[in-house]
Amino acid sequence: MEFLSYLISGISLGSVYAIIALGYTMVYGIAKMLNFAHGDVIMIGGYISFCAMSYLNLPGPLALLLAMVVCTALGVIIEGLAYRPLREATSLAVLITAIGVSYFLQNSALLIWGATPKVYSPIIEGTQTVGGLSVSNISLLTMAACIVIMVVLTLFTSKTKMGKAMRACSEDKGAAQLMGINVNRTISITFAIGSALAAVAGVLMCSAYPTLMPTTGSMPGIKAFTAAVFGGIGSIPGAFLGGILLGIIEALAKAYISTQLSNSIVFAVLIIVLLVRPAGLLGKYVPEKV
Amino acid sequence: MSKKFEKPNMVPVPSHSIIPDRDIGKSPILECSHLGIDFGGLRAVDDFNLTIGRTEIAGLIGPNGAGKTTVFNLLTKVYQPTRGTILLDGIDTAGKSTIQINRMGIARTFQNIRLFSNLTVEDNVKIGLHNQETYSMLSGIFRLPKYWKKERVAHERALELLSIFDMQHMADMKAGSLPYGAQRRLEIVRALATNPSLLLLDEPAAGMNPSETAELMENIVKIRDMFQIAVLLIEHDMSLVMSICEGICVLNFGQVIAKGTAEEIQANPAVIEAYLGKKKEG
Amino acid sequence: MKNMKSSTKINFATYLGVVAAYIVITLLISNGVLGRKAAALLVPACCYVVMAVSLNLTVGILGELSLGHAGFMSVGAFAGIIAAMSLVEAVPFEPLRLGIAMVVGAVCAGIAGIIVGVPVLRLRGDYLAIVTLAFGEIIKDLINCLIVGHDSKGLHIIFNFKGLKTVDDLGLLDGGTVIIKGAQGATGTVTIASFTAGVILILITLFIVLNLVHSRSGRAIMAIRDNRIAAESVGINITKYKLMGFVTSAALAGAAGALYGLNYSSLQATKFNFNTSILVLVFVVLGGLGNIWGSIIAAVVLYVLPEALRSVADLRMLVYAIVLILVMLATNSPKLKGLLAKVIPHKKGDEVNE
Repeated sequence: MEFLSYLISGISLGSVYAIIALGYTMVYGIAKMLNFAHGDVIMIGGYISFCAMSYLNLPGPLALLLAMVVCTALGVIIEGLAYRPLREATSLAVLITAIGVSYFLQNSALLIWGATPKVYSPIIEGTQTVGGLSVSNISLLTMAACIVIMVVLTLFTSKTKMGKAMRACSEDKGAAQLMGINVNRTISITFAIGSALAAVAGVLMCSAYPTLMPTTGSMPGIKAFTAAVFGGIGSIPGAFLGGILLGIIEALAKAYISTQLSNSIVFAVLIIVLLVRPAGLLGKYVPEKV
Repeated sequence: MSKKFEKPNMVPVPSHSIIPDRDIGKSPILECSHLGIDFGGLRAVDDFNLTIGRTEIAGLIGPNGAGKTTVFNLLTKVYQPTRGTILLDGIDTAGKSTIQINRMGIARTFQNIRLFSNLTVEDNVKIGLHNQETYSMLSGIFRLPKYWKKERVAHERALELLSIFDMQHMADMKAGSLPYGAQRRLEIVRALATNPSLLLLDEPAAGMNPSETAELMENIVKIRDMFQIAVLLIEHDMSLVMSICEGICVLNFGQVIAKGTAEEIQANPAVIEAYLGKKKEG
Repeated sequence: MKNMKSSTKINFATYLGVVAAYIVITLLISNGVLGRKAAALLVPACCYVVMAVSLNLTVGILGELSLGHAGFMSVGAFAGIIAAMSLVEAVPFEPLRLGIAMVVGAVCAGIAGIIVGVPVLRLRGDYLAIVTLAFGEIIKDLINCLIVGHDSKGLHIIFNFKGLKTVDDLGLLDGGTVIIKGAQGATGTVTIASFTAGVILILITLFIVLNLVHSRSGRAIMAIRDNRIAAESVGINITKYKLMGFVTSAALAGAAGALYGLNYSSLQATKFNFNTSILVLVFVVLGGLGNIWGSIIAAVVLYVLPEALRSVADLRMLVYAIVLILVMLATNSPKLKGLLAKVIPHKKGDEVNE
């Protein structure tokens, strides 16, 4: 029973990672960049929904919607201003710029909301008890949201025209452009989706772990990227699987091995997986052509 | 044709190949038998047999996608063969790595040029001399006498090798800033610096104009004469292949369809068909 | 020969520049022009210069993106602190003790470099980056679990990975000292770091890195960076030279860490999280990949400026972020670059790989 409740809290945490990782994997797939600012968009999403609920007294769903709108706009603006001019630059230059954006978001949040942690009130309360096992509603919502998002994204990338354009751009931007795909617009939309997902993750995460600080997003951001790499970067089912597994490993490690070392155990598993499968669990390894 | 190159008499050896008569009595530098590799069910190269004489200039030709570069990658162990054996100077190369193959005496150039483009021309050649003029990392950091001695030798050797192609004056230029033809020549010099006994050239004349190609032909023959090594080259420029290659091997769909001298190859119906397509009956 | 002489000349000018800066700064301190606050920045600034130059070896010369450089600094810092604190009585002469501590820090970080490098260097690009980041975090967490003390019987080390043990479990004899207290880090460290030692460490680092780059091994390392497949084809042992570059870089970071650790009476492992790795990476990229002088200047300016602007604390990091983004855009965007080229005549730095 104890194990089951740890497992469920792991899946719940993993669902948050998976939602972030899904956004991350799409952005990475198309822009081929380590977007260090992604985690900070989560934090902004958290603050926006916090303000909407505490200052504007909006109900939870509306707060979530507002956070999504703001983060989507933020993602598109960041991409357009900071990343688009660097399309031809080295990946290191883009990485440093992303770090700059991350600092910018964190320090803006620090100026606006201060360093004191905010106590976040969950968007839904209460718990369900099934056979002696109690699960909070927010956990159930998180898991459901994660599955829905995964299914919708899979359908979107495989069935819709825009989804196919995204896949084409992630394979070869030049060729995609020659086929009449507007590469810049496609990348913008990918960032919009990724940032909207980050907002969802921010709201769900803050509801489950209710402390909100300007640095709240950075560790989950890195963990989610780890999850995306773990599952095979660029792969949607991979990000889902990676996120869930990472959450479970973290929760079980905390419960049974060591709280202090839980992050290390997660990272150690990542390292081992990458050594055995250099492209992650579901990724395809493409050797360099000679 | 600017210059006529002298061709030796070619004599048959077991494995259905021919080698120059001057190499008879010396062990062949390369013997491939039944060499093959599959890529996920596709037989990229199959039953490849070839013997190359110790000082032979041999050609490997065939239409695009025939598997020529794959043969080079098999010889240099970029890919491990699925089947068959490669004997280099009589020694089996099974299980060896690319690095070991180079130390055993095969050096190569690449179809898409692969220079160390941020380094100088001289440094590119010196990197080729890596296993010739050796000293430890500590001698290098503390600039011990061995460092100065070996660096001087490497510097002189690099200029000497560059002078084959008359490139000494480019020694301090960045390799990436060289014109295309010079980059191809630098790749050959770098390969030569590793002191090979078999030099593999992957489309050495690609992108060169006719006068550059003519000069390249002379230089390939000159290199063979100077270093007494064998050369195996892949080339689409038929004037080059027919003028300097002594034995020619034709590959199509991963299989050898003909072997022989330039004259024999030019008259071979299977080769003509591979290049030009089947003649319509009637 | 000409090549070698010109490289020797550039190296010599670099050493002279560092020595000149040292003399000027020492004079400014003795005249009281530089206050105590500014002087306190000197040792950490030296440490960050060494960190930047050594990371440039990995990122600029070897061409692999490492996001865990602070992990090696951390190993060096705590190994150095342990060494120095256990030798307080045995080696009363402080500069010698500091020297030993830095060597111990370098060796320990070098060993960590081998442990990390062997598996990691097989990976490529962003995968390598994320795994170095992971290793950096693991190193931090592991050091957070250490409880170390020293008494007349020698070193006592507990690995407190459940978080249940305390300093009392060390079982120190009377007169023993606790050196590291788990998550609280090292406390009560006798600070023996000095600016002179920092400058000497910078000179040693420059000597090693510049001479390495202009030697056979350095050429092999740069060959791997420029074209791995071609390097293999000319018989260069990829693993060996990648590891050589990576471990040298880690060892230098370890020496810098030891100096850093012995500059503060208390130090926590969280100081060396991935933000520190990224801070150093920013120095390297803004200074120019492969450009050693650039790394030195970027490290000094970018470390000292934000520290000097502490009075406007709230705004300084925001300004830093904006400046960072603008500089990256200005130097890397083709449009802005073209615009800048018209305004400012282009000047080329002394890149070591040229």
